[in-house]
Amino acid sequence: MAEYNKPIPIPQPESDRYWEGTRREELWLRKCNDCDEAYFYPRDICPKCFSRNTDWIHASGNGSLYTFAIVHRPPHPGFVSDAPYITAIVELEEGPRVPANIVGVEPEPENLSIDMPLKVVYEKITDEITLPKFTPA
Amino acid sequence: MPVMSKLKDLSGAAEIVGVAESDQIGKLPDKSALQLHAEAAHNALEDAGIPMSEVDGYLTAGYSTYDVAEYLGIQPHFTDATIVGGASFVIHIAHAMAAIQAGYCEVALITHGQSGRSDRARAAANRGLPSQQYEAPFGILGPPVSYSMAARRYMHEYGEDRTRQALSEIAVSTRKWANMNPVAYMKDEPMTFEDYHNSRWISWPFHLFDCCLVTDAGAAIVITTPERAKSARKGGVKVVGVGEGHDHSMISQMEDLTLPFGRFTGPQALEMAGITHSDLDLTMIYDSFTYTVLVTLESLGFCKPGEGPDFVADQRTAPGGEFPLNTSGGGLSYTHPGMYGIFTVVEAIRQLRGEAGERQIDDCNLAMAHGTGGNLSSTGTVILARD
Ligand SMILES: [Zn+2]
Repeated sequence: MAEYNKPIPIPQPESDRYWEGTRREELWLRKCNDCDEAYFYPRDICPKCFSRNTDWIHASGNGSLYTFAIVHRPPHPGFVSDAPYITAIVELEEGPRVPANIVGVEPEPENLSIDMPLKVVYEKITDEITLPKFTPA
Repeated sequence: MPVMSKLKDLSGAAEIVGVAESDQIGKLPDKSALQLHAEAAHNALEDAGIPMSEVDGYLTAGYSTYDVAEYLGIQPHFTDATIVGGASFVIHIAHAMAAIQAGYCEVALITHGQSGRSDRARAAANRGLPSQQYEAPFGILGPPVSYSMAARRYMHEYGEDRTRQALSEIAVSTRKWANMNPVAYMKDEPMTFEDYHNSRWISWPFHLFDCCLVTDAGAAIVITTPERAKSARKGGVKVVGVGEGHDHSMISQMEDLTLPFGRFTGPQALEMAGITHSDLDLTMIYDSFTYTVLVTLESLGFCKPGEGPDFVADQRTAPGGEFPLNTSGGGLSYTHPGMYGIFTVVEAIRQLRGEAGERQIDDCNLAMAHGTGGNLSSTGTVILARD
């Protein structure tokens, strides 16, 4: 396997459990028990109502395409061999939107439509980090 | 929201007396970013007719103020390094005005210098920030990717063909202004609609010509009390309205990709100035991308959401058009070193003073300069008035 030279997430104390989850091929979100909103990215205190009464929930991994771009000029040397590649914001069925790549689709605008159903797939990049990506459901 | 009655008291509390670019702008591999700060500061103080020894307030973004102030030889009693991307320098004007009114300082200097094209320094380290954990690993890195995703959402909501036409109108009209600006990077490069549509993809839906330039450039602004402005070389231009703020950092955290924070800062600045959109003679909007201009016109309230394509149709914003916009040639065609906001103010002051040469617009008395920073994250708006 060629050396992986894309940016690699450095988990932080509030996100360790998120990245442990993706390593097991599970997607975990935070949810607030006071305002009842699930949110991304993971942090202990709810960004909607600032409550500390929050939990982790196991997300289904299903969502839809909120928007996307097809990147032709790679913004980082790690993406040169991938270009053109698809970046996206995915709306999860639990509510939050997450950034991701869309994979398993040729990177042409006509292959992608806003609101198309997507499901999570996982790409292991290091022993510690597995990235959640999305593909047409 | 702040209490408007208090803010209204600030209207006119300070005046801009000096603006300048660095000696050159464009491709400058033989100059450091700090030198660009220094040249711009020197030129702006000369424009103001105020010696460096009188500067007692200092503001910049992207560096700590003590690093640049030391380089310049300033020991300020008011210091502000607010950094919220390219909007910062527009926001600094409001901060300088508040500081002047509160008595922190009498002559504030705002500088910017950036070697976007020629910088020898390396990129910032990975500190585990949310953007570095959740966006960068997917190649969601840098403004073209994030802004193009926002533009694609706009296309979904308001129509792809309409949006594309608007983006092309903005690219072409902005280039026409640059063709009239002797220091514009694209001074001698005309652009047709065909050129726009034929330019290569950077991050679909963005063509190359939807994206700002990458240059080396510096600029500076000198701002002081109305009393001190009277003896400045060219007098002063009043700051009569301001607004600032932000609502997210990462593009994936932006609630509505078609409605940036100018929805607050624009109306607030206009209300503080006691004017409406139609009173403005010139509008300078940070054009990091063609799309930034389109959604910013809507968010500021020049037209309703989704009506931007009609607003910019038929080269309405080009030289000779009804709505002069980004008359310097903008970040798209004049200069864009990475953070461009300060240059919207430099051009607005020149137009208000009647110094804009071939591109001078008639009877320019009231201008808006509006900066955007980050991933459509922050905005700063100022309204400037000639005496
Ligand atoms: Zn909550």
